[in-house]
Amino acid sequence: MTRQVKTLFIANRGEIAVRIIRAARELGLKTIQAHSLADADSLAVRLADEAVNIGPPSAAKSYLNVEAVVAAAVASGADAVHPGYGFLAENARFAEAVEAAGLVFVGPTPQQIRMMGDKVSALEAAIRAGVPTVPGSKGRVETPEAAGVVVDRIGFPVMIKASAGGGGRGIRVATSRDEFDRLMPQASAEALAAFGDGGLYIEKFIASSRHVEVQVLGDGHDVVHFYERECSLQRRRQKVWEEAPAAMLPADVRAKLCQSAVDLAKAVQYRGAGTIEYLYDDTTRDFYFLEMNTRIQVEHPVTEMITGFDLVREMIRVSMGEKLRMKQSDITIRGHAIECRINAEDPTQNFMPAPGLIESLVVPGGAGVRFDSLLYQGYTVPPFYDSLLGKLIVWDEDRASAMTRMARALGELKIGGVKTTRGLHRALASDPDVQAARFDTQFLERWLEKHSEHCGE
Amino acid sequence: MATKDLLSPLPGTFYRKPSPDAPAYKNEGDTVKKGDIIGLIEVMKSFHEVHADADGTITAFHADNEDAVMAGQPLATLSI
Repeated sequence: MTRQVKTLFIANRGEIAVRIIRAARELGLKTIQAHSLADADSLAVRLADEAVNIGPPSAAKSYLNVEAVVAAAVASGADAVHPGYGFLAENARFAEAVEAAGLVFVGPTPQQIRMMGDKVSALEAAIRAGVPTVPGSKGRVETPEAAGVVVDRIGFPVMIKASAGGGGRGIRVATSRDEFDRLMPQASAEALAAFGDGGLYIEKFIASSRHVEVQVLGDGHDVVHFYERECSLQRRRQKVWEEAPAAMLPADVRAKLCQSAVDLAKAVQYRGAGTIEYLYDDTTRDFYFLEMNTRIQVEHPVTEMITGFDLVREMIRVSMGEKLRMKQSDITIRGHAIECRINAEDPTQNFMPAPGLIESLVVPGGAGVRFDSLLYQGYTVPPFYDSLLGKLIVWDEDRASAMTRMARALGELKIGGVKTTRGLHRALASDPDVQAARFDTQFLERWLEKHSEHCGE
Repeated sequence: MATKDLLSPLPGTFYRKPSPDAPAYKNEGDTVKKGDIIGLIEVMKSFHEVHADADGTITAFHADNEDAVMAGQPLATLSI
């Protein structure tokens, strides 16, 4: 059943709000931009057909306020809501409230959001769909004997993790049985002291891995994939630099990886744009399910550049009940794309945030260059939200020429008035390891210890 | 007695307590040592401590918990 949608309410801000307005306009939809008091001057507000104030600057009282956002959407006369990424995009209660108010939610069903948002149920869904997961105990181990059985099965090295842990606390790595027997009691005692729960679980330790992820799009029945992205260059688990396709992935592994993503999305009858994230071990060529993100992602443009499809437009179409407009065989990879996240942060000062007035702006251009941003000259970047100013994206025939083109485009980009991470990206683009795609998820933090002072303007 | 304004080092959201359920770091009338934490500034989703820059007694706060503040805005006055 298709739903006639005429007006789209954008429940987000920043560059993704601008991106959504552009897609909606191309579909002939009227756009209504939600904004906090601090965002009344935003580019998205200026571009949208209408704008509605939903609350004070604090995100908790505006963009994260389910009741305020739904009430504003209903009052605006919109018939669909796009949640963007972050904020309420993966909040099942929000999706439910939007649907209960009779509006279309541009995303998956609340049940799908809930299933993939919970670590245990997401892992169970992946296992049911035959997607490889990191070998381990798949839950708590209650006794040293039970733990011994698990390590005999998966082999060393293993990671001992606190069930109640998080943020890296309570994690130990054992490389032998002796070490394992010594560390288990320590880990349990530490977990009990830190979290009030001595429960442990065991996973195979993968010393060096890359982050790869597969873009999928479903209409609630059929699912297609748009190949993978690699996002191994991360700082504090935040992606900094993304590429498509993953340069180091052999063709046969790519085929299996992408098929596993489709299998999982099909198994849950997925609707909308989604991303299945994996760890990839390029020494063994094994990949393991990490999680599924049930939204459009920041780095979606690199996929658009290599496949030629507009993912934001397509996710709006399927949310209105349309069938997928493409078959898997219509989707092919052409060339290579790279995205650099330009943040208002000073890479020479431990990435200190740097909001403020944009005094001048020169946007790079030319063949194969795209800049998705929230910037205009004279805009004051508010301090209340994340530091992403924009994404510089380039496409070229192959990875080497895309690297050259990125260096050229970064050279043209000039953002006057605030500190940015442009210098970090210029240094990365000329680094021999980055040029050779020799990196894992810990590469950037190690690299910054040596190079951060050379990452200024 | 001399007074000194304690200025916000950053623009952002000012917090007077470490978490919503915790007591305030400092209250009016409290004595502080140079380097004591008097609050936090949240800027672009990262938190930065605000330290007293002199020994003294807090005579007034000029920003409430969760107030939006600008860099250079007085957060509190110390009598030193």
